[in-house]
Amino acid sequence: MTLAEKILARASGRERVAPDQIVVARVDLAMSHENADLVRKSFLEIGLARVWDPSRIVIVFDHRIPAESEKTATTHKAVREFVAAQGIEHFYDVGRGGICHQVLPENGHVRPGMVLVGTDSHTTTHGAFGAFATGIGATEMAGVWAEGALWFKVPSTLRIEVKGEFRPWISAKDLILHIIGKLGADGADYRAVEFDGPAIRRMTVASRMVLANLAMEMGAKVAFTPVDEILLDYLRPRVPEKLEMIAADAGARYERVIPVDAGEDLPEPQIACPHAVDHVQPLSALGEVPVEQAVLGSCTNGRLEDLGVAARIVAGRAVHPRTRLVVIPASQQIYREAMRLGYLETLVAAGAIVNPPGCGPCVGVHQGILAAGETCVSSTNRNFLGRMGSTDSRVYLASPAVVAASAIAGKLAHPESIVREGLPWLTEV
Amino acid sequence: MADGSLKLRGRVRAVLGDNIDTDMIYPGRYLNITDREQTAGHLFELAYPEIRPNLEAGDFIVAGRNFGCGSSREQAAAALKFAGAGAVIAGSFARIFFRNAINLGLPAVVAGCPLGPATLACTAGDELEIDLVAGQIRNVTRNRVLEAAPLDPRAVELIAAGGLIPYLKRKYAA
Repeated sequence: MTLAEKILARASGRERVAPDQIVVARVDLAMSHENADLVRKSFLEIGLARVWDPSRIVIVFDHRIPAESEKTATTHKAVREFVAAQGIEHFYDVGRGGICHQVLPENGHVRPGMVLVGTDSHTTTHGAFGAFATGIGATEMAGVWAEGALWFKVPSTLRIEVKGEFRPWISAKDLILHIIGKLGADGADYRAVEFDGPAIRRMTVASRMVLANLAMEMGAKVAFTPVDEILLDYLRPRVPEKLEMIAADAGARYERVIPVDAGEDLPEPQIACPHAVDHVQPLSALGEVPVEQAVLGSCTNGRLEDLGVAARIVAGRAVHPRTRLVVIPASQQIYREAMRLGYLETLVAAGAIVNPPGCGPCVGVHQGILAAGETCVSSTNRNFLGRMGSTDSRVYLASPAVVAASAIAGKLAHPESIVREGLPWLTEV
Repeated sequence: MADGSLKLRGRVRAVLGDNIDTDMIYPGRYLNITDREQTAGHLFELAYPEIRPNLEAGDFIVAGRNFGCGSSREQAAAALKFAGAGAVIAGSFARIFFRNAINLGLPAVVAGCPLGPATLACTAGDELEIDLVAGQIRNVTRNRVLEAAPLDPRAVELIAAGGLIPYLKRKYAA
């Protein structure tokens, strides 16, 4: 069986499952952010007094923090009251957490083999920790809060095998944008994805999270990277429970196996152009593209290695006069670590502004909204029409290195045009 | 549909393309609206502002592949439902949108025509008849039959109940 089949078989109490079969699986962890307010309302409508298991619910405020309006403040307050009334201990309020997809693994809530549902589409990120993790809507989550279980159609699996050596400045973000460009925005609809191969097994946990996170943008239900020693080294100090090595069986049946060579297929940075994530072009094909804003952050690329590579590029330089560089550490922990390492000092000295850990402008609410006619290069995950502000603005998705280089150049730029010496693949977590 | 037959009749209000994402359906800036009825006012507000003011109760939205891709925001399905859409008919749906629609009691029908997507077989203003259980769509205006996938029995049960919450309410009241 594939990883998705194995986890669903166990969670539904069966020996085996096969693609297209419908199973009811127990849920190990149920995550929500501010939309817990929608979930709460639906849950109360059902008429039950208590959630099924408060210890299996995690709530993290990240979309609008601190509250940008009275309306949001009111929903935050309602969720806090519900959390207290239900005895939900795993609640990360403003200043305690950060972006949900970073906060959960960082605090040891996620482990291999679990079934995790979240009221956020990028819940696929947790497949980097060997979890069957997928996004659901608020009403469906109310059902999970009531019953602790959910029906799933067992997905077929695409296996993406990546070999080869990444060139200097090329990262997991370039790899996944390249794959989305090839497969299309619905190329993995309803399917599980397994990323594997020597190039993946050398990646940091943070980089693996980029792949699982963005697999959502080709429609994936879940996306896995390998459960190996690199992952267990990350999890051991964080997770109190016993950790399990899980892997797909040698004879697992895949719908399709897609080979990628990280060296040959990625000669240069990959960019997702407006207004679709699968509209991917190599940087050199785009010509001169001036940018008014550069955003470094999000559940995709707001981790320490992302801030580190950006700090290295902007060190001793200044953000271009026409450009605003907005930096958003993905969590409080990353924020503190980036301060300790001097990354934030370097970025701010270059002219960056640092937002509090959260989703920031990625979802188009606050902290860096675009005016008509403006262009943004962003390390985030969506560039839909009007996503970050005006419907007459444009968002180009790129790696953290390209975002930092573009902020200095004031236009889309290859990092090698700013820093002569190439940065080899990052190996520290 | 009140009789439980799960047959719908209405007019096509808009024919849209592929990959209609959730930001087009319901902009992120309104996500702090958590009263479902209030979401209706922002349906397609930035991408297709002409649709909502012309939408009449029971109208259908027809689209190409991967309708509802992007965010898990349930407001996208809620806005369609509470603005009065009778169903969304598309070549395919992104999975979270599909589940959200069914859970809110909004029929989401996967359909095509022999020539290609359903979008080729309908024009705004056409009158359609949909049988959700049998998986049949007839374009009454053009006297054409579209191929539609019958809804999964679990989805039929939820649509018939008016959505997941009424379904669970009944279950726990019993």
